[in-house]
Amino acid sequence: MSFLEYAPAPESRSILSLRDDYGLFIDGAFRAGRGTPFQTISPASEERIATIANANADDVDDAVAAARRAYERTWSRMSGRDRGKYLFRIARLVQERARELAVAESLDNGKPIKESRDVDVPLVAAWFFYYAGWADKLDHAGLGANPRALGVAAQVIPWNFPLLMLAWKIAPALAAGNTVVLKPAETTSLTALLFAEIVQQADLPPGVVNIITGAGDTGAALVGHEGVDKVAFTGSTAVGRQIAKTVAGTSKKLTLELGGKAANIVFDDAPIDQAVEGIVNGIFFNQGHVCCAGSRLLVQESIHDEVVDRLKQRLSTLRLGDPLDKNTDIGAINSREQLDRIRELSDVGVDEGAERWTAPCEIPENGFWYAPTIFTGVQTSHRIAREEIFGPVLSVLTFRTPQEAIAKANNTPYGLSAGIWTDKGSRILAVADQLRAGVVWANTFNRFDPASPFGGYKESGYGREGGRHGLGAYLAPASVGGAQRRIETTDATPRVESARRARPAKKGAAK
Amino acid sequence: MSRLAVPKTYKLFIGGAFPRSESGRTYEVRGADGAFLANAAKASRKDARDAVVAARGAVGGWAAATAYNRGQVLYRIAELLEGRRAQFIAEIEEAEGATRAVASAQVDEAIDRWVWYAGWADKFAQVAGGANPVAGPYFNISVPEPTGVVAIVAPQDTSLLGLVSTVAPALVAGNAVVVVASEHHPLSAISLAEVLATSDVPKGVVNVLTGSPAEIAPWLAAHADVNALDLVGAGDLDWVDLEIAAADTLKRVLRPERGPDAAAPALDRIAAFTETKTVWHTKSLR
Repeated sequence: MSFLEYAPAPESRSILSLRDDYGLFIDGAFRAGRGTPFQTISPASEERIATIANANADDVDDAVAAARRAYERTWSRMSGRDRGKYLFRIARLVQERARELAVAESLDNGKPIKESRDVDVPLVAAWFFYYAGWADKLDHAGLGANPRALGVAAQVIPWNFPLLMLAWKIAPALAAGNTVVLKPAETTSLTALLFAEIVQQADLPPGVVNIITGAGDTGAALVGHEGVDKVAFTGSTAVGRQIAKTVAGTSKKLTLELGGKAANIVFDDAPIDQAVEGIVNGIFFNQGHVCCAGSRLLVQESIHDEVVDRLKQRLSTLRLGDPLDKNTDIGAINSREQLDRIRELSDVGVDEGAERWTAPCEIPENGFWYAPTIFTGVQTSHRIAREEIFGPVLSVLTFRTPQEAIAKANNTPYGLSAGIWTDKGSRILAVADQLRAGVVWANTFNRFDPASPFGGYKESGYGREGGRHGLGAYLAPASVGGAQRRIETTDATPRVESARRARPAKKGAAK
Repeated sequence: MSRLAVPKTYKLFIGGAFPRSESGRTYEVRGADGAFLANAAKASRKDARDAVVAARGAVGGWAAATAYNRGQVLYRIAELLEGRRAQFIAEIEEAEGATRAVASAQVDEAIDRWVWYAGWADKFAQVAGGANPVAGPYFNISVPEPTGVVAIVAPQDTSLLGLVSTVAPALVAGNAVVVVASEHHPLSAISLAEVLATSDVPKGVVNVLTGSPAEIAPWLAAHADVNALDLVGAGDLDWVDLEIAAADTLKRVLRPERGPDAAAPALDRIAAFTETKTVWHTKSLR
């Protein structure tokens, strides 16, 4: 047994007491869906875990109606203090059931237990704890005094961080006084349904949180529903575009957190050992299923060979396998569909002339797996340098000057995140200034915190999640009629009142 | 015996210059009483694209200027406008058929809004950004940055105030602007461009198009090098189609507003054309 071989150390599944089938969570209770139910499987073994209900348009109607009733009768009338206490309850219940949630997440999503246990679930609790404290302090959210909730929020989340994305969506929405209908991704519904049980345990008023499961058509019905005041979506840029078109012309407020193709820039004076760890964390964390993953490594030409050699050494020590094993570094790819996409783009990389290196690791017989992969000799025109692969595949490009690094980093329609590695503080700040990205990590990567705003520039979407900024996505300024100095105009054409709902008057008027 | 007046030729304002429309087209502008005032340039798709190119070229320098500098440049616009107050009042009286008092009020308010927004330039980041107390050894700060090139359909019912109320907030954070002026009252927009051209606003930071918003706006809404679209004055256009076109490149969109409060001075008009950047840095004694 070499130093790299560890005895299996699987986390026990006995902590889970899953049901055989799950209904929709509407108005505080589980009920059958009217669409055709589907199976959720473990991507590591392809074994069935449970049957999940499928919400059709009528179910979406019911969920939105339940959220509307709860908003009007209960949640919008409740004091911020009490809303906050409910959120604190949820945070504590998540902590109490943390191990169970982590095991369920790794089982259903395929991510390593050490990530779900040490990153995802603790952040879920932190997110609810953070926003709980905001619920009775909304006057300080940056929208002026007495901001108002928007109403019913439709929230559609992806499969890469199922429970964490739920927390990013639900916690600020409820703190701000909205009620929600949330649809988890088709392949990762399980922890959202466990969360529904937590909502019951917290005795949250019925209808404040509704969770409906299903595929893309369920999500489309939800975001297009007339009874919805707010749409929040995390997922692909293609779907985000479609949602923006659906929402166009309505009074719905929209926030989108979409794809990315982040540059991770390594200068020749960077602390190489830390940088290599950061590069690995940047792209191989969560099998690369991360919208802000550092999928384009921009390394200064003079240290290219050294960095690539060290990366290959480091990747050769990563352990790929059972997500529930505590020693696993790389888990399963979430679905066959995603695996096919990674394979396709990776093959295109070879066809276009980049050189592929794959970490030597044994691929389990069942399930969906992709070994950590590095492409060198990548040109900016290559598809693997332009398109989001959303898998454990790193494209390596080089640069000579900081200006070239910045130009290459910004040469993408995306703008979600970026990384900078150098020992020179003034260079970090100057480069950070010029990167068109919503999150910049300097000498670190893939850090998340409920107090820290997260979101994109350009085609990576708009709006922020996290921090005070994240509250703004679920609030509108109070109406302050008559506060502005009015100008008498004598335009010849009479004003036509808009058929659509007028925007509220603005705050902060000049006096 | 009265002196024969010398009328002005009104052209477009693109990249700091005053070209005619490349299409050669003009349209008649008439006052509220129906009297002929001028032939304004009728901007084409090509003019709109040229304006976007100029704005893209200018935005880097404007965004990189210090906030203090941007504040002074915006304040300088107010100074110059004050000096040409009489000209704008007369222009608005003629164009809108407004009384002297109403026209004066519009010009005064426009000047005061430049001053209000000028003052925000070096304060907005403090109000909109901040340090984030993350749970770890990291320095973490959020700052607002300009979105980039902002295309604006100015409010259509005023000559000057609507235009200023939409252009000024976009400039505060460092965006460059392509604005489509009021179709019926375009002359003050070009007179304002003369003020901008002789103030300290770098060329290309503001570009003014006159003509038909219904014709020009779709090209701006679909233009891949436009980052945000302010439809505040597009209420009478097929603005839903404009918002749908804007979705193809995920532009930030502000929807139409009507009435005297349209584009009223507000911090969120500045915020609407900014992106929050959050920078993390490790803390260590080693």
